[in-house]
Amino acid sequence: MPDDLNWAIGGEAGDGINSTGKIFAQALSRAGRQVFTSKDFASRIRGGYTAYKVRSSTERVESVVDRLDVLIALTQRTVEENMDELHEGSVIIYDGERTMMEDFEAPEGMIDLPVPLKSLAEDAGGAIMQNIVALGAACEVANFPIDNLDEALEKRFGDKGQSIIDNNQEAARLGEEYVQEEYDRDEFGYDIETTDNDYVLLNGDEAIGMGAIAAGCRFYSGYPITPATDVMEYLKGRLERYGGHVMQTEDELSAINMALGAARAGARAMTATSGPGIDLMAETFGLVAQSETPLVICDVMRSGPSTGMPTKQEQGDLNMTLFGGHGEIPRFVVAPTTVSECFHKTIEAFNYAEKYQTPVYLVSDLALAVTEQTFAPEEFDMDAVEIDRGKLVGEDEIDTWLNDADQFQPHFPAADGISPRTLPGTSGGAHMTTGLEHDELGRRTEEQEVRIEQVDKRTQKVETAKEEEEWDYREFGDPDADTLVLSWGSNEGAMREAIGFLDEADVSIRFISVPYLFPRPDLSEEIEAADDVIVVECNATGQFADVIEHDTLTRLKRINKYNGVRFKADELAERITDELDTPQEVPT
Amino acid sequence: MSSDVRFTDFKSDKQPTWCPGCGDFGTMNGMMKALANTGNDPDNTFIVAGIGCSGKIGTYMHSYALHGVHGRALPVGIGVKSANPDLEVMVSGGDGDGYSIGAGHFVHAARRNMDMTYVVMDNRIYGLTKGQFSPTSREDFETSTSPDGPKQSPVNPLALALAADGTFIAQSFSSDAQRHEEIVQQAVEHDGFGFVNVYSPCVTFNDVDTYDYFRDTIVDVEDEDHDPTDRDAAREKITNDTEYQGVIYQDEDSVPYNERHGLDSNMADIPDGAPEDATDLVREFY
Repeated sequence: MPDDLNWAIGGEAGDGINSTGKIFAQALSRAGRQVFTSKDFASRIRGGYTAYKVRSSTERVESVVDRLDVLIALTQRTVEENMDELHEGSVIIYDGERTMMEDFEAPEGMIDLPVPLKSLAEDAGGAIMQNIVALGAACEVANFPIDNLDEALEKRFGDKGQSIIDNNQEAARLGEEYVQEEYDRDEFGYDIETTDNDYVLLNGDEAIGMGAIAAGCRFYSGYPITPATDVMEYLKGRLERYGGHVMQTEDELSAINMALGAARAGARAMTATSGPGIDLMAETFGLVAQSETPLVICDVMRSGPSTGMPTKQEQGDLNMTLFGGHGEIPRFVVAPTTVSECFHKTIEAFNYAEKYQTPVYLVSDLALAVTEQTFAPEEFDMDAVEIDRGKLVGEDEIDTWLNDADQFQPHFPAADGISPRTLPGTSGGAHMTTGLEHDELGRRTEEQEVRIEQVDKRTQKVETAKEEEEWDYREFGDPDADTLVLSWGSNEGAMREAIGFLDEADVSIRFISVPYLFPRPDLSEEIEAADDVIVVECNATGQFADVIEHDTLTRLKRINKYNGVRFKADELAERITDELDTPQEVPT
Repeated sequence: MSSDVRFTDFKSDKQPTWCPGCGDFGTMNGMMKALANTGNDPDNTFIVAGIGCSGKIGTYMHSYALHGVHGRALPVGIGVKSANPDLEVMVSGGDGDGYSIGAGHFVHAARRNMDMTYVVMDNRIYGLTKGQFSPTSREDFETSTSPDGPKQSPVNPLALALAADGTFIAQSFSSDAQRHEEIVQQAVEHDGFGFVNVYSPCVTFNDVDTYDYFRDTIVDVEDEDHDPTDRDAAREKITNDTEYQGVIYQDEDSVPYNERHGLDSNMADIPDGAPEDATDLVREFY
């Protein structure tokens, strides 16, 4: 990987690690380089250890790797935490005057690069800019044109006035010049390429928010929770531009009920949360389905159970989203597998919700939420967005759907299970609905025949959807390989890169990434055709493997990870070969 | 909205299954009259009902309605009103629904001040589960789950609403049909969160807070020349242990949430593709 640059900044929470990392990622993106970022962070406002890592290449990057070329270390712990990823020739930029780093010496084989970050920042106008000095120094180390950093600084500080931008650009310049004067760039051996390509840089939560607006979502209610808060923060202000509204609620119980209310009134509505919030929302989830209200409920998964590890990756909520709630609840469960798919699957989710008048779980995970990744802007093609509002009945057609007593039938047992839907304000359409079992008019009943008719009708909607929609999967690698790897959620990126590593070791695999968890594709034939089937997922018990085993009545091998860290490509390649009958050494 | 709407237009063809003599009959009648008096009709009205005897009101009235889960009626109403401010939103529930399981939502609904009406049928007992103490039950009220009384203070809903900066705080008695109707109508007309706690006696399980008790003790604030815009006077009324009816507090300068946040369009109206300038959203990420 000659052109790969793996860069990181680490320090304590409160050191501005995130925003500095984002600025550098932005600069690389401006320079036409592909970027994939990850964050190590803790649930605290100050102290601890936090890092922002940027992997960048002129080619597509889909994963983090266990390798760091340039590290800006604001604390000694940053070096310790990343020791496994540093290698001969790694450059460590630090402030040799800062108390906690003054006695620091780079480990054997690595390049020590003390830069007086704080005093140079003060020269530029304030110590607060010391991270920017470090970015300037990093540009010189990597032989990366600093004008790209200038552009990123303009974007970041554009709303703070020209003098702030000037000061920051000056700080970067001082960092660059210091390295030029004190060191010989050729010693470092980095010379990164730029291209003329245009990229956009965004994370999974932002992609979900943008997808929601594109899909016509106009009402969002939510309660802040890591790692779903970015969805709400993205939408606030933007949704309002399109006549919508973001409501921060008193709790998740309120969030889902407000969204339900907005949806009953006809708005495309959504709420987003993470595991603890999903637990609370389970109370109303059944009502959403029972009242046949279209609603998108987004679960950005984090490590559980209970408060678990709030800032760590896990895919532990599959069973909750597939089976959660008392009684039997028809639903859809859709799980994007990449940051850009977060956009596309959100749009689909809104269409399924309205077409089938059913709650849709949109299941993302922390790894997607915090990853900033570059894409060609064409991947978010707004002209291709189609909105299907299903059997929405307006005033002119309402007569068709009234019974003999001129009553609208919101739960009319149509053959496909989907009833007509009309919105409050529609003349002649007044009707109620309830979480109680009800008749076609939405009124409580315990009549056995009606109960059966309504249960069957709601179940039929899912059957209709199974027929009408394409519940397909994404496929990579060699379609004829003997080894089949299955996964869901954010593991797709690391798996795609792992295929490259495995190729180099002459290990051929077929990889299927499944974005539809319910309804989901029937994988019987694919599993039948393979010698080895391995299911990769970030949880301890193998929840996805369980459902696929159940579907296909076949035992599958499992690769699980539940230490709170996402899979990395090289790690996955090794673990896959370990599962094979003839393990092989993987060059990484 | 048609001007010739009669309150019976808000009646469904379902006969209530409330116990004969239940206060909820009168409470509901007043709600229907208040809606009709204010120029609403079933097609522009959205009723949200909680769980309990009171929750059945969505079935007995004719309008757009949702009968939801226990305690969450207010958030549903807030969502409806946000999405379509042209709708008349009335939320209704009991003392258990509003002051126990839904107490959190009540406080936040009061301070949020969405332009809607909240009518609570307060019978100081759990009726549908056959007679357990409620959050408004007296300290010594003997029930199946409080053989020696709950031995805890009852919630004072009006005080809760005032503490949360509620902008319209009123109380009525279901059996005083004329006053109840007037008070609910004022709540509907209020620009903001119109809250009415209605004494709605349970004739089956509560032999303490009876029709006779309220008839004998209730005092109309209008008979005391109360000025509902005087917050201090309102505080005094709310905390002096008298059973009042009438509008206790009204903030005449109330600007509802929907106006403060510029919610003035029907969010159901969306294009059949992405919004026209949606590509700008992509450009922001360059």
